[in-house]
Amino acid sequence: MSPLVALALRFTVLSLVAVGGVTSILPEVHRVVVDVNHWMTDVQFAQAFAIAQASPGPNMLIVTIIGWHVAGLPDALVATVAMITPCATLSYSVARVWQRFQGAAWRRTVEAGLAPVTVGLTLATGWLLARGASTSWLGYAITVATTMLVIFTRLNPLWLFAIAGALGLAGLV
Amino acid sequence: MLVEERRWLTAREFTDVFSLCNLLPGPNTLNITVVVGSRFHGRRGALVALAGLMTLPLVVSLTLAMVYTRYGTVPGVDAALRGVGAVAAGLAVAMGLRMAAPLVRRPHMLAFLLVTFAAIAVARWPLLPVVFGLIPLSVLVAWRRHA
Repeated sequence: MSPLVALALRFTVLSLVAVGGVTSILPEVHRVVVDVNHWMTDVQFAQAFAIAQASPGPNMLIVTIIGWHVAGLPDALVATVAMITPCATLSYSVARVWQRFQGAAWRRTVEAGLAPVTVGLTLATGWLLARGASTSWLGYAITVATTMLVIFTRLNPLWLFAIAGALGLAGLV
Repeated sequence: MLVEERRWLTAREFTDVFSLCNLLPGPNTLNITVVVGSRFHGRRGALVALAGLMTLPLVVSLTLAMVYTRYGTVPGVDAALRGVGAVAAGLAVAMGLRMAAPLVRRPHMLAFLLVTFAAIAVARWPLLPVVFGLIPLSVLVAWRRHA
């Protein structure tokens, strides 16, 4: 199967299980793109995520960047459409019946059941990215410092991108 | 913007749409866009809203991706991006920890969180079997707790 078709099929399925957003499925995307098919390296994957984070719009655009990297413009567009269509269609259909269940008890139960799995997946993403991004102790230090600053202050992350970029440019990371 | 500036939705409607869109798979901003768009103009509204949300970011990230493949291997750029990547990883970790904070005091939730993390990040198992195995179990446990 060509990478284009393989990637499109993969993203279509993943789109439907991306509860909590794209961050939840990134470990799987990482497994397929880096570990199984070797389309990207660990470092490239982390950088694609960084680009998606730093640019405006939903950070699901990482799939566009991965698509571009794997097979150029056609794949970038195919990957994006494959990622958007299933979940957009689902939202569209569910939205029509949803209003009827406002405040229903089972809604809260489902939310409570999904939460720990979603959070576990998000933390797994952070872990894999941290491992891939860093090749030096300063890299890990930047990751830890970012985590702390984001949790405990209201600093705009763009500053951190700029500072870390400069540190990298200086050859320190 | 939807509630305060344009008054297209009441605060209550927004909360409801927001919780639905967090529950559904996919990026929540994208889901909100589709749901709100479809409430006003049906299928066409949803498509227009979606195009409005995605077009510019798509162009920007494609441009960045092109710049990256062209210059990403230039030593200086590569080094700078390594720093940027470390920050992005920190953002993801912070997001996860923040979401985890309200859950850790409930043992059953913490257990599901840790099992998910271990299966995906440490054992590197495929996502689909893990998620389809754990979500029903987790919902079942949540249901037993509430009942």
